[in-house]
Amino acid sequence: MGRYVARRLLQMIPVFFGTTLLIFLMVYALPGDPVRGLFGDKAGSPQVIASLRREYGLDQPILVQYYEYMKGMLLHADFGTQIASGRPVTDVLGDAFPVTLRLASLAFAIEVVLGISLGIVAGMRAGRLTDNVILVVALLFISVPVFVLGYILKVVFAFQLNWLPPNVNDPSNINELLMPALVLAAASLAYVTRLTRTSIAENLRADYIRTAIAKGLPRRRVVGVHLMRNSLIPVVTYLGIDIGALMGGAVVTEGLFNIKGVGGTIYESIVRREGTTVVGLVTILVIVYLLASLLVDLLYAVLDPRIRYA
Amino acid sequence: MPDFTKTAVVAQDAAVAAEIAPQPAKPEKARSLWGDAWADLRRSWIFLISSALIFILLLITFFPGMFTGTDPILGDLAKNYLQKPRLGNIGSPDWLGYDQQGRSVYARVIYGTRASIAVGFGTTLSVTLLGGVVGMIAGYFGGVVDAVLSRLTDVFFGIPFLLGTMVVLNSFQDRTTWVVIGALGFFGWTQIARVMRGAVITTKQSDYVQAAKALGASTPRVMFRHILPNTLAPVIVVATISLGVYIAAEATLSFLGLGLTGVSWGNDISDGGNQIRVAQWIMLYPSIMLSITVLAFIMLGEAVRNALDPKMR
Repeated sequence: MGRYVARRLLQMIPVFFGTTLLIFLMVYALPGDPVRGLFGDKAGSPQVIASLRREYGLDQPILVQYYEYMKGMLLHADFGTQIASGRPVTDVLGDAFPVTLRLASLAFAIEVVLGISLGIVAGMRAGRLTDNVILVVALLFISVPVFVLGYILKVVFAFQLNWLPPNVNDPSNINELLMPALVLAAASLAYVTRLTRTSIAENLRADYIRTAIAKGLPRRRVVGVHLMRNSLIPVVTYLGIDIGALMGGAVVTEGLFNIKGVGGTIYESIVRREGTTVVGLVTILVIVYLLASLLVDLLYAVLDPRIRYA
Repeated sequence: MPDFTKTAVVAQDAAVAAEIAPQPAKPEKARSLWGDAWADLRRSWIFLISSALIFILLLITFFPGMFTGTDPILGDLAKNYLQKPRLGNIGSPDWLGYDQQGRSVYARVIYGTRASIAVGFGTTLSVTLLGGVVGMIAGYFGGVVDAVLSRLTDVFFGIPFLLGTMVVLNSFQDRTTWVVIGALGFFGWTQIARVMRGAVITTKQSDYVQAAKALGASTPRVMFRHILPNTLAPVIVVATISLGVYIAAEATLSFLGLGLTGVSWGNDISDGGNQIRVAQWIMLYPSIMLSITVLAFIMLGEAVRNALDPKMR
């Protein structure tokens, strides 16, 4: 187990550097100058621009900039400075991250609870009416894009019924976050339902289930232990990858409901060509993603004792 | 991952049985995986509905003039300002109402189809080619080549898809169809590459590939004549489903103001969203068209998957 974790961590190193380099190149090789952006419509004097560029290290070649940036990040946990505000990116992230984390965890909870239970119900009744109804609803959730779903929920629940506020004013209020979380979870919810359904329906015909029933085990045990444990493996894979997607994919949802989270901050910094902020935030998302996928692999061993990591 | 080995084993057993006991009775018509899948597809209502929808969408894409005679860009402020839909007059310029600039929502919905379909097909095609080549090379040669290409795939896979495309598209002022296809394809190829690599590794070990190699077939011949046909099925399934996903992604980018410039559903939905309290129809109808389109391709992908994967039956 320890050796496996070590090997995976070693494999993560080139991926981590590759990803950050790719983002770095994309952000800085593309046109647009954040220093010039500081002056708005006015043209700043060339001397001031030059000295600001030197201060932020923008006059160096890209690979040197990348080296300096990675050195700062790895040695001092310094993710750079947001040029527009002069604040460290870690500060900006510190404001935005808790909001996104709350939203993403709520969405994740909805996804896991609703998705897996609907999937089990559909899988147990594969081919019957309940299964088909759940299938149609899941397909609808997959095919209606996030922003359309968000608008529909807003019109119905906020403008027509007045049950929920259309925008999130206080991100610590769970009631206000409920609607955005549902929107964020919708597509993944449908995937989780489909995955669970397929897996359950397939394993239901397996020999070991027949054996368990023939042994006279109570249905609760057959379904809850024998069936679930074997069926949830692909679902766990998907859920693990989805944690990263929920964090980064919240751009649209956060914009729709006016939430000041990581997604919104990244969107703003992309549009304003705030290179350092984009690189810093995306790097953190990448780390979250890499750790999540490692966690998934380790969870396999818990769920399926046949998998042994030497 | 679909499990094709099972069918191969079953087919082999059948062949052996037929050899041992040659029966005079009419032989069971042997069908290939594709023939079998096609027979299955023709009976599937999901396939029939989705392909009918896709046919109509393609018709709209190529001949928008057949469906409306109105110019989607022509705005007439004097005549129509936020005029409500008249659902009775199906097909007339005013049946889905007008937007804030007096442009016919119906004409815009019809002409917006082309953008979405073009981006969907273009991206899927480029992603399948790029991912297919990378996956084939990584899977076939293995070793160092595989390690390098797999890490490269991981790198691209690790960047959040939407954020990556946003960064690329933000630097283009004029975002044509090609630019959007390029940006989506740049980050989208990883899934196909992984699927292809897995399929190639499985197929590579089969007897007929070993036989072809032993008979001295060249590397390209083994790759394209022997391995490729047997790896196509999972790739086609993933590609069909992702077509719908890319159409949705393009609309999302347009919604964020970073998609296509010009008439497209995403732009209209984004516009309509700002006036959602006064005029819901401006965003409602493009949204319905977009959802139907995405649904049609995802349903087609599901149908193809069910037909190609014997385990699902």
